[in-house]
Amino acid sequence: MSPAMTPARLKVSFTVNGEKRVLELDTRTTLLDALREHLHLTGTKKGCDHGQCGACTVIVDGRRINSCLTLAVMHEGERITTIEGLGTPDRLHPLQAAFIKHDGYQCGYCTPGQICSAVAVLDEIEAGIPSHVSADLAARPQLTAAELRERMSGNICRCGAYSNIVEAITEVAGRQP
Amino acid sequence: MKSFTYERATSPAEAATAAARVTGAKFIAGGTNLLDLMKLQIETPSHLIDVNNLALDKIEAMPDGGLRIGALVRNTDLAADERVRRDYGLLARALLAGASGQLRNKATTAGNLLQRTRCPYFYDTDQPCNKRKPGSGCAAIGGVSRQLAIIGTSEACIATNPSDMAVAMMALDAIVETARPDGTARSIPIADFYRLPGDTPHLETVLEPGELITAVTLPKPLGGTHIYRKVRDRASYAFALVSVGAVVQRDGTGRLALGGVAPKPWRITAAETEMPRGAKAVAARLFADAKPTRDNAFKLTLAERTLSAVLAEARG
Repeated sequence: MSPAMTPARLKVSFTVNGEKRVLELDTRTTLLDALREHLHLTGTKKGCDHGQCGACTVIVDGRRINSCLTLAVMHEGERITTIEGLGTPDRLHPLQAAFIKHDGYQCGYCTPGQICSAVAVLDEIEAGIPSHVSADLAARPQLTAAELRERMSGNICRCGAYSNIVEAITEVAGRQP
Repeated sequence: MKSFTYERATSPAEAATAAARVTGAKFIAGGTNLLDLMKLQIETPSHLIDVNNLALDKIEAMPDGGLRIGALVRNTDLAADERVRRDYGLLARALLAGASGQLRNKATTAGNLLQRTRCPYFYDTDQPCNKRKPGSGCAAIGGVSRQLAIIGTSEACIATNPSDMAVAMMALDAIVETARPDGTARSIPIADFYRLPGDTPHLETVLEPGELITAVTLPKPLGGTHIYRKVRDRASYAFALVSVGAVVQRDGTGRLALGGVAPKPWRITAAETEMPRGAKAVAARLFADAKPTRDNAFKLTLAERTLSAVLAEARG
């Protein structure tokens, strides 16, 4: 192969679910592929791979993003939380438990993205970040079903578990002070 | 995706110099549009210059009462800024009407201004597209064009600009600040920033090779009622069929810009003088030169009705 054809590789280090990870990656590797293929954290799902479905949602430095639309090498020194970092089968995150209780899924493929997104949505409402359906830009956003539906619109569920997802998030939101 | 080399720039000047030095280089900030296009090989940069560490992520008050928005301010942070919500509600509303929470957390102010069209023929590399491959033709003309532009188009291209934020920036007379590879800076009024397609639809803005957006400034607040009304095929997370951004004063005068209808955010200042006379008069001025296709002629009616709804909302 000519030099121009040799894939460029770079070292990157970041923290995933509290653990420091160092990888040497082809620059083309998305954060999603780094998590799934290199770190074998397969909880984060690849749906569309184009930022349209939300299945790949993870939390980076406290904010939810589509891990398919960002390069791993762009996250030097950052803190990444995936579904594996939120809870375990023995110690479920409250939203994981609520999704089970309210039947917030059918096939489950979109669920890790839904839950990571929902965790961040509750933080965004707490931080006072408005949404498209917030009636008054100056007021604190309310925890209504309309707000949750709008804020969760970047997570598609082809089984159509939407109403149960809203119920699960609503229950957990109600428990928070 | 084609292979590329990658560097992290440490200053705007260094980034601009690097972009001019390396053939096929591109800046990457949020990456939400660029990486999508790279996966489809619509964009094939040989080198990426990561500008995320340039400390251009602040929103500062200006001495004249305006705001200076750093190029890297994320869409979420811009929409949530207290001053933007209070004084530039149109901008906050337009941002919140766009994309999803995940995308707004990454997407930047400068990147939003530069996002590419979602014309289906631009995305389909098996089809001709003058924007993607100059001189190859336009499959949208005579194709499925329901989403596409009705005015400002050419024989070469009928793609729309997809941005909501840019519609607000247009109505607010924003100014785009840049750094150039030769070390100079310039300020470009947003009215002069976008090009119409003509016979070069691949050239979308007046930015020169290697020129980097560093900030967007807003003049002092206009007061009035701020409205952004977006009509789309589903209630959330979809591009506009038609959108209207407006600032309306108590006497019925004001500013207007439209999204979803043209290759750039569509503003005709002469149409604004018709605002007190109502939507029909405004639409007549805005769309005097419209050339809709059979598929998207409905946008003329939809735009007039959306204008009507906006003006009615402003009257309260």
